[in-house]
Amino acid sequence: MSATTPPIGTTFGSTSLFREALVIAGRTLLHWRAQPGLIAVNLLFPVMILLMMGGLFGGAVAGSTGDYFVYVLPGVLALNMMFGIEATMTALASDANKTVTDRFRSLPISGGAVLLGRVLADLLTSVVELVALSCAGFLLGWRWENGILPALAAYALLLTLRFSMLWLGVFIGIRAGKPEALMGVQILVWPIGFLSTVFIDPRTMPTFLGWIAELNPISAVATSARELFSGRQIEGVSWAATHALPYALISQAVLVAVFAALGVRAYRRLGQ
Amino acid sequence: MAEPEVLIEARGVRKHFRGAEAPALDGVDIIVEAGRICALLGTNGAGKTTMIRILTTLLTPDEGQVKVAGYDIATHPGQVRASIGLVGQYAALDEILTGRQNLELFSKLAGMRRAEARRHAARLLETAGLGEVGDRVVSKLSGGLRRRMDLATSLITTPRVLFVDEPTTGVDPHARRDLWARLREMADQGVAILLTTQYLEEADALADDVVILKAGSVIARGTTADLKQLVGEPKWELREPTLEDVYLHLHATSEEVISR
Ligand SMILES: Nc1ncnc2c1ncn2[C@@H]1O[C@H](COP(=O)(O)OP(=O)(O)OP(=O)(O)O)[C@@H](O)[C@H]1O
Ligand SMILES: [Mg+2]
Repeated sequence: MSATTPPIGTTFGSTSLFREALVIAGRTLLHWRAQPGLIAVNLLFPVMILLMMGGLFGGAVAGSTGDYFVYVLPGVLALNMMFGIEATMTALASDANKTVTDRFRSLPISGGAVLLGRVLADLLTSVVELVALSCAGFLLGWRWENGILPALAAYALLLTLRFSMLWLGVFIGIRAGKPEALMGVQILVWPIGFLSTVFIDPRTMPTFLGWIAELNPISAVATSARELFSGRQIEGVSWAATHALPYALISQAVLVAVFAALGVRAYRRLGQ
Repeated sequence: MAEPEVLIEARGVRKHFRGAEAPALDGVDIIVEAGRICALLGTNGAGKTTMIRILTTLLTPDEGQVKVAGYDIATHPGQVRASIGLVGQYAALDEILTGRQNLELFSKLAGMRRAEARRHAARLLETAGLGEVGDRVVSKLSGGLRRRMDLATSLITTPRVLFVDEPTTGVDPHARRDLWARLREMADQGVAILLTTQYLEEADALADDVVILKAGSVIARGTTADLKQLVGEPKWELREPTLEDVYLHLHATSEEVISR
């Protein structure tokens, strides 16, 4: 046995946070390879929402299904960036009481790296989701009317929304500690997603609700993405809507700063 | 002669879980020097796993001073983690992955490059006699094989201090002998090992020192020879007392505490 025993004192460590995070992200990719069904569900769900919302509500809300798709598609993209937190929450909640988490926590690797690795892997699925949804949109007549660069900027903004939302999911997932405990939170995901300007023009809402909907970081991204994709200014009722891009960036930075810190703390305190 | 280096030094460790009636640990001291194997014995619920979790930085004690490899667990947890190895009571592997994928994952986290990690994993599988089951998903391995895979994963590096929580539960006698030899060999190279076990013969065969816990308190400690003397003169029995005799004797009679 001694042939392979490394000398005493050889230990873990001295790798960088980012490298550690990439190794952990690789672990999640291996999980997906072992369970491809998960990915299929994750991809079908957003496309289903798009078709359902566009097809069912389109005529009623905007007069015609085609016009409504142009309005709603950037919103659906933004909404899916939020729905992505479900998979992250569930993964962290079910990892929280697994013994393998004890092994990660007893290694001299940063707790932040373990969480960042998960976030990076989940960010990758959101790229695939965005491609699938955009392809569906193209088939339904949606176009990048404003050219390629603004469209790419819109996608970048959607990805940073997902990134910030994932940290919220990380924190909730760890605190929940087990997947069953997430039920209460999952019920809230839909109302929070819908209390936004994703599907409906805030000017048609009661003033108070319009304000709240525009404060939702998802709305700011939906509005900015609409402007970037179409090149047209979108009207709103509050500062958060008329300055959608700066508000989107600020709200995302706050989400990451707060929930990454709380998430790492909760991770270190697991099992107390 | 130079004093041997103390690698595990815990004093007055207390831990009371929220909502529990009694503290899980009520002022426990444990000292282990380099090159020695210390066995932590005790019935179910005595607090063995709780003590190991505190020493490995997984759990924060309510009170007590703890140094591992010379570092305080409260102020230098990172250095402690860089000095220790942990074999937990339950196999700590990613169940969705294969054994080989687990070994490669943790080798990479130890800083190895991809190709190096792959070679290292293959070598570890071979020497642990797990070559043939290395590509099976962990959740489909038998309990004993999973345990052995877990051990192999814990020994990717050779730490200065090793914690082993009931390592041989469910492991067949042959693999158990292998593990004992491996632990002894590591101790002879200067590693300090703290091991919990339900098997008194294991402590008897392997340990230099023994600490017996009961309901969160130490009821006896010493070398295995010291403890056997405690049982007293064998009167009618012709054989030497085993640790099992000591253990049963202590649990039957006493609150008395002896110290080395
Ligand atoms: N996370 C926890 N929350 C609350 N109580 C706990 C927790 N972990 C352990 N305990 C309690 O602390 C006590 C000591 O448990 P511990 O697991 O340390 O015992 P042990 O000696 O390892 O037992 P075993 O031989 O069964 O493994 C028990 O009463 C247990 O119920
Ligand atoms: Mg235990």
